[in-house]
Amino acid sequence: MDLAFLTDFLASSLRLSIPLVFAAIGVVWAERSGVFNIAIEGCILGGAFGAAIGTWWFGDPLGGLLMALVVAGLLGLLLGGLAVGLGIHQLVAGIAINLLVSGMTAYLARQILGASATAPLPGFGVWPIPLLSALPFVGPILFIQGPLAYLAYLAVPLAWWLLYRTPWGLLLRAAGDQPMAVDTAGVDVQRLRYVSVIGSSMLGGLGGAYIVLSQVHVFTENMSAGKGFIALGAVILGRWNPLGAAIACLAFGMADATQLRLQFGSPDIPYQLFSTLPFIAALVALVLMSGKVHAPAAVGKKFERSGK
Amino acid sequence: MIRIVATLYALRTVWALFLAFGLGALLIAVSGGNPLSAYSALIEGAFLDYWGISGTLVKMSPILLAGLAVILSLRGGLLNLGVEGQIYMGGLFSSSVALYVTGLPTLLHLVLAILAGALAGGVWGMIAGLLKAKRGINEVIVTLLLNFVAINLVSYFAGGPMMQEGAPYPYSEEIPEGLFLPIILPMTDAHLGVVLGVVLAVVLWVLLRSSTLGFGLDLVGRNPQAAHYAGVNVGHTVIMTMFLSGTLGGLAGSFEVLGLKHRLYHLFSAGFGFDGIVVAFMAQLNPLMSVVTAFFLSGLKSGALMMQRAIGLESTVVDAVIGIVIICVAASQAFVFKADQWRAWFSRRQRLDAALAAQPQETR
Repeated sequence: MDLAFLTDFLASSLRLSIPLVFAAIGVVWAERSGVFNIAIEGCILGGAFGAAIGTWWFGDPLGGLLMALVVAGLLGLLLGGLAVGLGIHQLVAGIAINLLVSGMTAYLARQILGASATAPLPGFGVWPIPLLSALPFVGPILFIQGPLAYLAYLAVPLAWWLLYRTPWGLLLRAAGDQPMAVDTAGVDVQRLRYVSVIGSSMLGGLGGAYIVLSQVHVFTENMSAGKGFIALGAVILGRWNPLGAAIACLAFGMADATQLRLQFGSPDIPYQLFSTLPFIAALVALVLMSGKVHAPAAVGKKFERSGK
Repeated sequence: MIRIVATLYALRTVWALFLAFGLGALLIAVSGGNPLSAYSALIEGAFLDYWGISGTLVKMSPILLAGLAVILSLRGGLLNLGVEGQIYMGGLFSSSVALYVTGLPTLLHLVLAILAGALAGGVWGMIAGLLKAKRGINEVIVTLLLNFVAINLVSYFAGGPMMQEGAPYPYSEEIPEGLFLPIILPMTDAHLGVVLGVVLAVVLWVLLRSSTLGFGLDLVGRNPQAAHYAGVNVGHTVIMTMFLSGTLGGLAGSFEVLGLKHRLYHLFSAGFGFDGIVVAFMAQLNPLMSVVTAFFLSGLKSGALMMQRAIGLESTVVDAVIGIVIICVAASQAFVFKADQWRAWFSRRQRLDAALAAQPQETR
């Protein structure tokens, strides 16, 4: 294996893991506050859709980014309304949103984009970082990427810092473990969870925006293709810690890059056999790393103030 | 009076449907269609003639079975989101047995093919049950991930080892004609699968109502700790529930191949596993009710193409409307009838009326 190949492989692993990283940080945020967000898959898809129509509408990827955040934020609001406000089964609310997004985006993309759906959209190009990109080996891997990738680099330590080093992060983690204590301290648990779910969904939307604006430049139906579910697995592997989850996402990105290379390397074998690899990797990792997992104690449970 | 309120609450799914179709009408109107003609074309295409009904019944076979699979898992306190994958595994194994096992009497061969599909779906579901019971891994994520593995596996087999030579896209050889499920409406594609689905719905209803297995399952679903103290083996029940739920998914795939497609196609299930979730919630987890809701949802799906042909509105609008339906139905679950509260409200009113009546004449 020569160096050029390795560089190329690691750079593509990183690119493939960026949407997962955004989604996984989002999931950490929501679940640490006590709400399951399996709607993250729908948020990625909704973000991708928003990025595509926004870019098409404004003719600028920034418009796409904005629309991605708006669409995903609205989905987060819907999830908050169902799971936090009405208190219905959080997983059911999540899967319901996934189904809604899948149907809605398929229809609306045809209505809005119509014939121009297959035309490549403008996206964010590559922004090499001066000096750093000239570093041997790590330069081309880490510092010749699109702007959203750099945003992901910043988001991981920022999320970690917010969660573990700020009073707000302490409250957030407490809302997911002992919501009653947060309530006793005079903080509105419901509002904290609403904010978290909306922010979480917007991060998923960023992941979708990255796919459209930095990777494929078109919207296709159901293009999220299970990335949200892999991110959910990554969060468990990372023990609900943004750093751990991001590392797990990198591993899954590598699995994805590996299978893509295997596809190109052996064109006579149907590619679907290799497509299973990231999913099998996620499952195997979950099994191997199971046992010592402690999810936030109150995740999935509706919070009701006592003594009303 | 309180009974009327209770009935209104019991019908919450119906109100949710009205709301959803109202919102759907808005969506159609905004995108430049006429909601009334769209809905009437949809209903006409789905329910009002022989061909429409047969098309609905064709779709109802997998959708009903998927709904039953979801209901069974939820009654046991688990959420099987892997029905789609179980459908694919069922289809894969049924078609393999149908194609590659030879020299058996036709009926035995057919039964074997169906059993193989059911078992494959069951085992695929049981993986999640085992991991949940033994290692405490969330079954939702495992089943969701397994979906993608199963879908890709079927694509691999249909496009690789099992692919018919010279086929333009991935599909297998046709299965022997003797193994086709019988057609129930002459001249159409409506096959026996839907009848078997209805039979299984009744079986499941009886099982959940009045068998030890069903009671244990319900108990684990409602309160695993209580179930444990009552002597139910919770881990065992979890594994069993996921196996049985997967079996129903496997049957859905098996019937789809043996009854309709007659080959193993790649991507042969159009998200039926997820339609099952919609069916289950509309039926409020009642197997008998799911026959009605599955018929309704299948009608929407099969009427969609007719509607597109009749008035030129994109058939995908129906997927969007179904998305709105599931959100509204899910939201309606939150509105649970609380007899105490309503009784208190009514008695307060009665007291007010009584107080008014007791007042002297001059204030009137």
